[in-house]
Order: sequence, then structure tokens, then C-alpha cells
Amino acid sequence: MATPVTEQAVRHDSDPAYAARIEHVSKSFGRPGARQQVLDDITLDVAPGEFVCLLGASGCGKSTLLNLVAGLDEPTAGAIATPGGRPALMFQEHALFPWLTAGRNVELALRMRGVPRAERRERAEELLELVRLKGAHGKRVHELSGGMRQRVAMARALAQDSQLLLMDEPFAALDAITRDVLHEELTRIWAETGVSVLFVTHNVREAVRLAQRVVLLSSRPGRVAHQWTVDFPQPRRIEDAAVADLSVEITEQLREEIRRHGQH
Amino acid sequence: MASTETTTATPPTAAAEDTAKDTTGATAKAVSKDAGKATSGADRPDHLAGLEAGLDALETRAAAKVPVWQLLRTKALPPVLAVALVIVVWQLAYHFQVKPHYDLPSPADVAGSLHQMWLQGQLLGYIWTSVSRGALGFVVAVLIGTPLGLLVARVAPVRAAIGPILSGLQSMPSVAWVPAAIIWFGLNDSTIYAVVLLGAVPSIANGLVSGVDQVPPLFLRAGRTIGATGLRGVRHVLLPAALPGYLAGLKQGWAFSWRSLMAAEIIATSPDLGTGLGQLLENARTNQDMPSVLAAIGLILVVGIGIELLVFRPMERRVLRSRGLQPGGA
Repeated sequence: MATPVTEQAVRHDSDPAYAARIEHVSKSFGRPGARQQVLDDITLDVAPGEFVCLLGASGCGKSTLLNLVAGLDEPTAGAIATPGGRPALMFQEHALFPWLTAGRNVELALRMRGVPRAERRERAEELLELVRLKGAHGKRVHELSGGMRQRVAMARALAQDSQLLLMDEPFAALDAITRDVLHEELTRIWAETGVSVLFVTHNVREAVRLAQRVVLLSSRPGRVAHQWTVDFPQPRRIEDAAVADLSVEITEQLREEIRRHGQH
Repeated sequence: MASTETTTATPPTAAAEDTAKDTTGATAKAVSKDAGKATSGADRPDHLAGLEAGLDALETRAAAKVPVWQLLRTKALPPVLAVALVIVVWQLAYHFQVKPHYDLPSPADVAGSLHQMWLQGQLLGYIWTSVSRGALGFVVAVLIGTPLGLLVARVAPVRAAIGPILSGLQSMPSVAWVPAAIIWFGLNDSTIYAVVLLGAVPSIANGLVSGVDQVPPLFLRAGRTIGATGLRGVRHVLLPAALPGYLAGLKQGWAFSWRSLMAAEIIATSPDLGTGLGQLLENARTNQDMPSVLAAIGLILVVGIGIELLVFRPMERRVLRSRGLQPGGA
């Protein structure tokens, strides 16, 4: 069980140029004859420590792309490289295992990574403390609020000690107040851990609030339509004027992409 | 990123900060003297921790404890009353001689018959013979049914091949196997165990299959992302996730074991076989001893229910409770 860890570390050291490299990736579903192309020639790098938001309307294949990067599915064409090892993935639903306590959920991820039993408990406590859930180790999943569950899910994802954290609309199902707080948490944790983040959302403000770079995908098939570098400093707030201004600009582009589908 | 499509949106930072200050200033004037708190970024993490603690406290509900007397009144009293009612109706039927007394003895006659068996020191022996057979048959059925169910659930060709047969076997009364089993194995324990297995294995396997089918795909994806693949995925994700369905299958499997066992014991009576509750019932019938017949029927019922209540119900309750699910039904 110890081999994946060392392998991961070696690969990480040997190629620190990017956390994820997506090269000319296309993806189609369905049988030959009735194929539907979901992703078309996507090329995208995520630099180490970078925070990238993938933005797009329904049907742009952003979740499909995330699944490909996570290794849950194979691209039809092109190549994906994640030199930091198996990326961690967070879903819209917390996806915590209800038969385990919060802490055991985190420990299972550590165990699968080959962390020896003696260290697991302590590591899990540290990770829970990182997401400000000190003392929640023995709590059952159903005893936690929606925001707490997502934070445990974040701790579990971080337990994989991957260089790349993939997030698939992780805050979409939360109420606005909790989501706002988790944006701050994520920004803090990202800064503290130096992990690279590829974050999928359809919420323009969320993307601008969080990301260093926003990538707009067009829909059916998904292509990289536009990119923006967001370089005003963190901590930002979703109400900031600068966030609002850029959101307006991006929303215009997004609507332009959507309009194209009404024309033919 | 050197991308041709990249447009850099750099707002005049100083201007942005000014706007921010302006707005916070305005709010501070309107509300109170909280301006320092809102503008200083330094104490923000602490401020966030407090905010988060507040949210957590607001959104978590403490589970209410139900007092014991209330549990007794709502859970234990109704079945006791129901049993009492049955005995009262029975006594009335006896009193008014709905059937002649030799066909319908009184509750007291049946109790007397049980008392006599107890005095002869045989009662526990009869129960033990049946329970040990049932338990052994059940354990073997679990050992066979579990891998079988897993195979049917996870391997598509196996499922296509024997899935329907397994469901069909489950709905078949296992008493139908008794004549064949007697011819194959003779009047001995093998016959009894064969019938018990044919009754219990399909329902245990089917329970596991439906348990596995009901596992949310999200759990499997989450498992794969943390590296629980292959056998490790089965052990750490699939089986625990399927546990509630599996337990329901086990409970049903026990009911089927017990039923099949009684069917086999009633038909397969021979001096070579120890006397279980089924044989007790059959012997009493041969002797036209109606109080003993009813006593045996009562014992079969009580032991079957008792094992479900003492073994399976608490197990199921614990598993469901720990997952925040309510045990269904009574």
C-alpha cells in the first residue's frame, strides 16, 4: 500500500510545471451513428497552486471534463496528465459515507492512500481542524449541517494529499449564507495548503470571487470560449465592486454563448 | 497562461479599494460603529470562525431523548393488549363451546400441557433441537447466500443467468422440496438441512442483491476517487453501503429458515431424528392431544418471533440509527 505514495512523490518532484495538463481532449457519448460530442478539443493547463474556475451553461460538459481529469472516465481523444497523482474530487453532494463517523470518513481516505494506522487518527484530527471542525471526529454524518458536511468532504479530499483538488459545484446546494462562508474557507485553505484547484460552477460571481483564472466553456460541444485572469487580491468578497464588474462582463459573454444555440 | 484568448481584467486597484471603503463607510454610518470590524482584513479569520460556529450551532439539532415509560407505553403495551385480547376471545369461544372441548381446549389446558412438558424436563430440549437446527442451517445459508448474492449483483452474465431463478426460488414454498429431499437423503438431518437451505439461501442472496442495487452510485464514485477500487472498494464501500438491504435479507432468510425447518420437521419424523418442535406438533396430532398441538404451534410462533426480536431487530435498528435512518415499520 505504500508504493502509490512514493510513486506520487517522485512524479511530483520530477515535473512541477503543471498540476494538470489537458491536451486536445474530446469526449463523445453514445453508439457510433448516434454519437453526441460533449467536449471538443479542450486544451487547458492548471499551474501548481493555481485556482481555476470552469464556467459554462448546462450542457457544456464541465462535469464531464472534471470526471475525465479525475480518471473516472476515459477521453475519446487527447490526453490528460495529472503528475501529482490521483486528483481529489468533491461533489455537489457531500458523498460522505453514512456508516462512518466524520473522522472515519477522513481516515478511510488516509487508509486508502497507505497512511499507517497509528498516524491516521492524528492526521484526521488535523484535517478536521483545518476545516474548523475540531471535535467533530466522532459525529455521524446525519448529525452535521449541510455546510459542516461539505467541510468534512473537503477534509476527506485534502486527506488524499493530492496536488490537485477538483470541485464539481460543491456549494451549489447550500444556502447563500453558508456558501459565502465556505468561499472564505476555501480561499483560506487554498492559500494555506498551496493545492491547485479546478472548480466547476455555473455561478459567475462565485467563479470571480474564487478564481485566479476563469475559463468559459461553450455548450454542445464544450470548447474553451474565453478566459479571464482575475488578479485582484484575496480575500475578496462576493459583493466587491470589482467582482461585480468582471461578473457583468463574463455574464455577457456567457449569454452570447447561450444565444448562439437559439439561432440554429 | 499564454493563451491567445486571455483578456486580463485588471481594474484600477486603487479605485476599487476606494469604492470598497466608500460603501463600508456608508454602511457604518447608517448602522453603528462597526466600521473597524468590517474593513480590517486582519481579524477576518477569527471573525469567520465565530460566524461558522454560529452557523453550525444554528443548523444542528440535538436529538430528543424519549423517556422509558413513554417507550413502554407506545411500543410494548399495544402488542401485550393484542395478545390479551386474543386470549380473552379464545376463552369466550371455549366457554360458549364454539367447538367441542376436545377440539378447542381452553388457554389453561394449553398452559397445563406446556407446564407438564416443563416438568418432564423436555420442553427446553424440544426448543433447543429446533433452534440449533435452524441456527446451523441459517449460518450455512448465510455462508452460501452471501457470495452468491454478491456474484449475482456484480457480474452481469451471472445475474442474467440465475437472477430470475433466484427470485423464483424465493417465492416457491420450500415445503415442496421435502418429498424430493426425503427420497434423495432419506429420513435424516441432511433432508432437514437441505430444505432449510433451499428456503433461506435465495432470500439471503436476493436481500444482498437488492441491497447492492440500492447503493447510490455517488458512493461508488466517491470511493473510487479516494482509491477504494476493486476488492478494497467492495470491502470498504460496496458492502457497508449495502448493509441495510443485506440485513433485511438476513431477517427474511431467518424467517424462511424457520418456516422450512418446521415444514421439514413435521413431514420428516422418525425415531432417528431428535424431537424438535415440528415433530412435537406431529406427534401430538397423532395422539389426538389437542392441548399439546396448540402448545407446539404457540412455541413455534413464539420462538420464531423471539429470535427476530432479540437478534435481528436490534441489529437492524443499530445499523439504521447510526446512519440517521428510521427503522421502518413497527
